[in-house]
Amino acid sequence: MHIDVRNVTKRFDSFTAVRNLTLDVRQGELVALLGPSGSGKTTLLRIIAGLEHANEGQILFDGDDAVARHVGERRVGFVFQHYALFRHMTVFENVAFGLRVAPAERRMSNTDIKNRVMSLLSLVQLDRLAARYPSQLSGGQRQRVALARALAIAPLVLLLDEPFGALDAKVRKELRRWLRRLHDDMGLTSIFVTHDQEEALELADRVVVMNQGAIEQIGTPDEVYNTPATPFVYEFLGNVNKIPCTIANGAVNLWGLAVTAETVDGAPVPAGSAAGFAYVRPHDIEIVAEGTQRAIVRHVGAAGPTARLELEVAGVHAPVEVQLIRQAFLDLGLKVGQTVAITARAARVFPARS
Amino acid sequence: MTVVAARTPFWRKPSVLPGFGLSMGLTLLYLGFIVLIPLAAMILRAAGLSWDEFVGVVTDPRALAAYRLSFGASFVAAVVNIVFGVLTAWVLVRYEFPGKRFVEGLVDLPFALPTAVAGIALTALFAENGWVGQILAKAGLKVAFTPLGVVIALVFIGLPFVVRTVQPVLQDLDKEVEEAAASLGASRLQTFRHIILPAILPAALTGFALAFARALGEYGSVIFIAGNLPMKSEIVPLLIIIKLEQFDYAGAAAIGVAMLTAAFVLLFMINLLQRWSRSRIGAF
Amino acid sequence: MAPKRTFAPIAESPKIRIGLVLLSLIYILFFLVLPVVVVFTEAFSRGFAHYLEAVTEPDAQAAIKLTLLVAAIAVPANVVFGVAASWAIAKFDFVGKSFLITLIDLPFSVSPVISGLIYVLMFGGQGLIGPWLDEHDIQIVYAVPGIVLATVFVTFPFVARELIPLMQEQGAEEEEAARSLGASGWQTFWRVTLPNIKWGLLYGVLLCNARAMGEFGAVSVVSGHIRGFTNTMPLHVEILYNEYNLPAAFAVASLLAFLALVTLVAKGILELRYGHELAPVHH
Repeated sequence: MHIDVRNVTKRFDSFTAVRNLTLDVRQGELVALLGPSGSGKTTLLRIIAGLEHANEGQILFDGDDAVARHVGERRVGFVFQHYALFRHMTVFENVAFGLRVAPAERRMSNTDIKNRVMSLLSLVQLDRLAARYPSQLSGGQRQRVALARALAIAPLVLLLDEPFGALDAKVRKELRRWLRRLHDDMGLTSIFVTHDQEEALELADRVVVMNQGAIEQIGTPDEVYNTPATPFVYEFLGNVNKIPCTIANGAVNLWGLAVTAETVDGAPVPAGSAAGFAYVRPHDIEIVAEGTQRAIVRHVGAAGPTARLELEVAGVHAPVEVQLIRQAFLDLGLKVGQTVAITARAARVFPARS
Repeated sequence: MTVVAARTPFWRKPSVLPGFGLSMGLTLLYLGFIVLIPLAAMILRAAGLSWDEFVGVVTDPRALAAYRLSFGASFVAAVVNIVFGVLTAWVLVRYEFPGKRFVEGLVDLPFALPTAVAGIALTALFAENGWVGQILAKAGLKVAFTPLGVVIALVFIGLPFVVRTVQPVLQDLDKEVEEAAASLGASRLQTFRHIILPAILPAALTGFALAFARALGEYGSVIFIAGNLPMKSEIVPLLIIIKLEQFDYAGAAAIGVAMLTAAFVLLFMINLLQRWSRSRIGAF
Repeated sequence: MAPKRTFAPIAESPKIRIGLVLLSLIYILFFLVLPVVVVFTEAFSRGFAHYLEAVTEPDAQAAIKLTLLVAAIAVPANVVFGVAASWAIAKFDFVGKSFLITLIDLPFSVSPVISGLIYVLMFGGQGLIGPWLDEHDIQIVYAVPGIVLATVFVTFPFVARELIPLMQEQGAEEEEAARSLGASGWQTFWRVTLPNIKWGLLYGVLLCNARAMGEFGAVSVVSGHIRGFTNTMPLHVEILYNEYNLPAAFAVASLLAFLALVTLVAKGILELRYGHELAPVHH
């Protein structure tokens, strides 16, 4: 199903959780809503589900206005952050619930319900635990029951609120891969909320980066990571060095690399001299034999496939982080206290917000 | 401290705090003299009767009629209270309305208002010339001085129990669970029936049992409105008083023991209910 | 993620909400509001002068005095007991603790009539030690001591039941710390324990006092209804009512109803302002 979010605004008392937000999710897509807490991502998900009314704006499902439709009529499978399993019902009854409460004229026979529930449970590999109660399951198992329960009503859209938030790292990785496969096999349209960038980048077709109730950038994982649209996305996604600099006539020379300054909203870059920040990823800094910029090695972390260095650069307050592949690090033979020359391979410059 | 530990008897854990002997001794002494010995005196008195005599006293027709009324009216009153108690708890937890704080405080009135005052007030209210009694009389319903009057008094006396047991459970109910049910297509009524009701049922039944137990023993609020006719509108506690006034001490003690037994059975059931309730809530 | 969620899309329709609120208010109105209102209307039905006379006539004065006396004995007695019992139960671990708690709660499950009956069977003329008491000319039942005993019995659990869960929740760490700093046992109690439980104690005292002044069934059995001597306020209300002196009965009753309302307000204030310093659960 195609989901159209148009100019949606949601206010709670004096707090605006979502402001004038527009988003397009295409049939079959797996989209991640990524942002820090308070960015409005869960509220947006709840508005799409119909668990919350927007103050302004429209939600279109395949072009039809969904706002008038009650949450129960939207055919939305919602997986809650803490699963919200019915604790007095067995796993089987939890999954069967949506089928049992269907209006009489659409309700399946008991045999059909049984078959459908069991096939869903085998899909999530829980068929042997059908008679258990939620309290007798592990976190990962509860998560899968919640998913099977949401899938039972044959939803057109699957919405997941921090689906892996409460699980430990190993289970999380497994479930992530498994969810991707499930999404593809069932031909669903899915949206999930997360604050974990790794999760969003690994799992989603497109990532929606949100901040303070608005979208900072929409793009493929590659786009949002490699060409962040705004300083916020730069800082939120991946490690980045934020180097204060002075923009002169719309450009900056950063350690020998000429960078043209740009603005978030396409407004003209201030003419003349202006304060700005250059954003450089740690792996885009090179250590060279000859260069204009000198730096002192202050810390070396050599464990793992890449080495992490912290350099002291004159005029930059925070240590500058550099990432080298192991072999390059070994070839250079760097030591703490050594003075080196650095240059940047790639960087982007934004004027400082006034 | 090692000296203390070394002297600590096997039945309690050592502690650096003093005063166990004094506080425990005082507790047991007081408990013994005020509660246990007098209760034993009643049982002893009833035991003075032979088994046949005892059975004769506690199963004589007048006593049986009193049990029927006491149990029946207490049951009906508790049913009224479980329905309206759940409703009131729901309204207090979920809705905002003018006067909510007033209602919240007033719910405990039956705990605070002396039973005799409640008794005469309810009688005045429900008597045929009373504010409510007048209206009911027009509908052909006579309340005061009938078994129905007993029910009214017992509804009053048991009113807070269900509200106060259900309220905290409703408060702690996870709203996500209701949202989950709604997203799966359940109507509000289905959500209540399948999700909310099972969650509050143990608490509601506990409140029901507490109200029922309280109603069984209630005296002050009932006797004014009941009419107190033998075989018709005479409750068990009144029967005990009548036997006392006739100096039938053994008979009074026998009926007292029968009531005490019923109270203990109820207490046991309430404990089981509360355990069930806790196991439900504490699932994860 | 949002700081506050509205519940609107899955809540009941406004019509149903209003209907449920009204239904509940009707129940509250008929069973709680009207009985209180009727007490005060009936009390003043013959005017203020009559009211004043009814509550100041000698028998009424005697009943008020006796009620105050009984409460003045029963409440402190149960405070001492309640504090001692909760100290023993909450600060120490010993075998049979839950059984002891059950025993302390026992008077709540016993009919008030039985609470009176047991003292008649103990101390009455035909009672267990009645004849011995007669020989030594000691009158307990049908006299003030009996009334006090019966009142103590029915109000027995109030303070203890409030303090036990409160003190259990607080644990013994603070007291242990005080001891380790060199405080004596009594110093520990007065300076550490008591400040921690004062609001809970007051809450228990409040309920204990309301019941002590209002108890009817138990007191009725042991009093003998001697006007001016063994009549408490609730018993005086009964006598006046049975004499068909309704305005006077309701006048005395209105004093008790007023006490109940004051108790409720004080209780509400305590719950509102010091709720976190009271026992976790209230029934």
